[in-house]
Amino acid sequence: MSSLSRDDVAKLAGLARIEMTESELVELSSQFGMILDAVARVQEMDLSGVKATSHPQPLENIARPDVVLPSLSPEDALSGAPAQEESRFRVPQILGEAE
Amino acid sequence: MIQQTAAQMAEALTKGATTSVELTQAHLDRIAAVDGQVKAFLHVDSEGALAQAKDVDERRAKGEKLSPIAGVPLALKDVLAQKGVPTTAGSKILQGWRPPYDSTVVSKLKDAGVVIMGKTNMDEFAMGSSTENSGYGPTFNPWDLTRTPGGSSGGSAAAVSAFEAPLAIGSDTGGSIRQPAALTGIVGVRPTYGAVSRFGLIAYSSSLDQAGPFGRTVLDTALLHEVIAGHDVRDATSINAPVPAVVNAAKSGDVKGMKIGVIKQLQGEGYQKGVQTCFDESLQLLASLGAEIVEVDCPSFEYALAAYYLIAPSECSSNLARFDAMRYGLRVGDTDGASAEAVMSATRDAGFGREVKRRIILGTYALSSGYYDAYYGSAQKIRTLIIQDYAKAFAQADVLVSPTAPTTAYKIGEKVDDPMAMYLGDVATIPVNLAGICGMSLPAGLAEEDNLPVGFQIMAPAMQDHRLYQAGAALEAELLTKWGAPILSQAPVLGGVK
Repeated sequence: MSSLSRDDVAKLAGLARIEMTESELVELSSQFGMILDAVARVQEMDLSGVKATSHPQPLENIARPDVVLPSLSPEDALSGAPAQEESRFRVPQILGEAE
Repeated sequence: MIQQTAAQMAEALTKGATTSVELTQAHLDRIAAVDGQVKAFLHVDSEGALAQAKDVDERRAKGEKLSPIAGVPLALKDVLAQKGVPTTAGSKILQGWRPPYDSTVVSKLKDAGVVIMGKTNMDEFAMGSSTENSGYGPTFNPWDLTRTPGGSSGGSAAAVSAFEAPLAIGSDTGGSIRQPAALTGIVGVRPTYGAVSRFGLIAYSSSLDQAGPFGRTVLDTALLHEVIAGHDVRDATSINAPVPAVVNAAKSGDVKGMKIGVIKQLQGEGYQKGVQTCFDESLQLLASLGAEIVEVDCPSFEYALAAYYLIAPSECSSNLARFDAMRYGLRVGDTDGASAEAVMSATRDAGFGREVKRRIILGTYALSSGYYDAYYGSAQKIRTLIIQDYAKAFAQADVLVSPTAPTTAYKIGEKVDDPMAMYLGDVATIPVNLAGICGMSLPAGLAEEDNLPVGFQIMAPAMQDHRLYQAGAALEAELLTKWGAPILSQAPVLGGVK
């Protein structure tokens, strides 16, 4: 039986930038054993020599001619911004004492 | 009027027997009458829909050449961006967001004069199989309001099933069009990956997501398919090839001499008795029409569910990183001195529901160093084996078939606390997504135990979507003869009007 401790889940939640309450952490860690057991079945088959598929289409890089196409105006681009200032997205502090 | 097929509505519009404004109003009235019970819609855009309808009527009056379904109303899954209209993907993190642009699917619908009546409910970011994971409450199955309509495109399927719309758009990452179509007694198609542009489709799992059509008949579904499909320079994975002739195929509906492969792994144990019975009876009908039935073996399908529940969460953990509280959507905790990281974490906690968090965490785990090869890497190799199994099967058969879902619609709340039980419902639909091919579900009857609809799934190779419609139309016609009336005539009456 696989398992993931409360602390493991807390670490993953931190990596995924999701704050979680204690009860969420406990609930997720209790569900994870079962889910991991189910998905771990991918390891049951002999996969040596099998190539990985990341995508259903065998695509190479797709490029289009380098011409200017219409795009969003600054007003439209900012229309959903939680906060803006001087035609820019205003974001919380990224560097400094909070770290 | 609302009970007609989309094809009949289109014909009435062409003949001048009705107008798009009249038709749209009739559907808006139906929505007003029954959606309090069904809750298929998150947002109804009456004003926008009637303006669009008026425009189509005026263009028609001027003698402009219009698309075959111009003026017919439609319900749009809330996962597709529509300019100026609230678009949430069923998530609180996008509450109130009005996209500044149209998705390509929406542009194509508008160009074709299809009237978009509103946005339909869904599992948050399309993660779920019952529409219970919506941040805005569940949708109820018109066949039995205590049951789920399936998911994640449950709102779109329920709207079509309840005659709130003749057509709808859904998206299918692991079965999210086909399974709700099955559970609500309608037709749903997941086109070949890359056949319909993903530009403006809010991403869940980019290598699996595909938008597609819902209708009450195979022909209606084909008419909508033809409108939304086609190459798009704004989606690098969009296939640059002609759209398969799906409407012609739906009109011809012939299976004489067609080889139909029954997938050994997708039937029997784990499938509800009534589901299996309806499937077997449909198969016999196809044989009686001159199809040759063969059994095909796809041993790696046994691992498809496990591979899917690693690949999709992995891709989602990356895709959903864009919801960072910076450029659009919800932002909480932005008090003086709070760091960007703290705001991001608090916002994602407040904005994401349980299932979304569960899948992001699972994906983060599967991609983390030390576990990557064992989980995500192995899943990608299983994906290769599934593609190979399909290739072998399609060498023996023109189309492959199975029940769409192992059970009929289950009760709201029945599986919501048991993620694994919920995931098992996708067992028959997921292989199509992993291989990037196309699939259809159409009604095959009612299960004897519960009188609820059962779906029959047809699968075809990439860009052979017309085969789905050819076989589907043949089976549909034969079933209609057998039943004497469309399956939805057996659904309970809602809102005092049927």
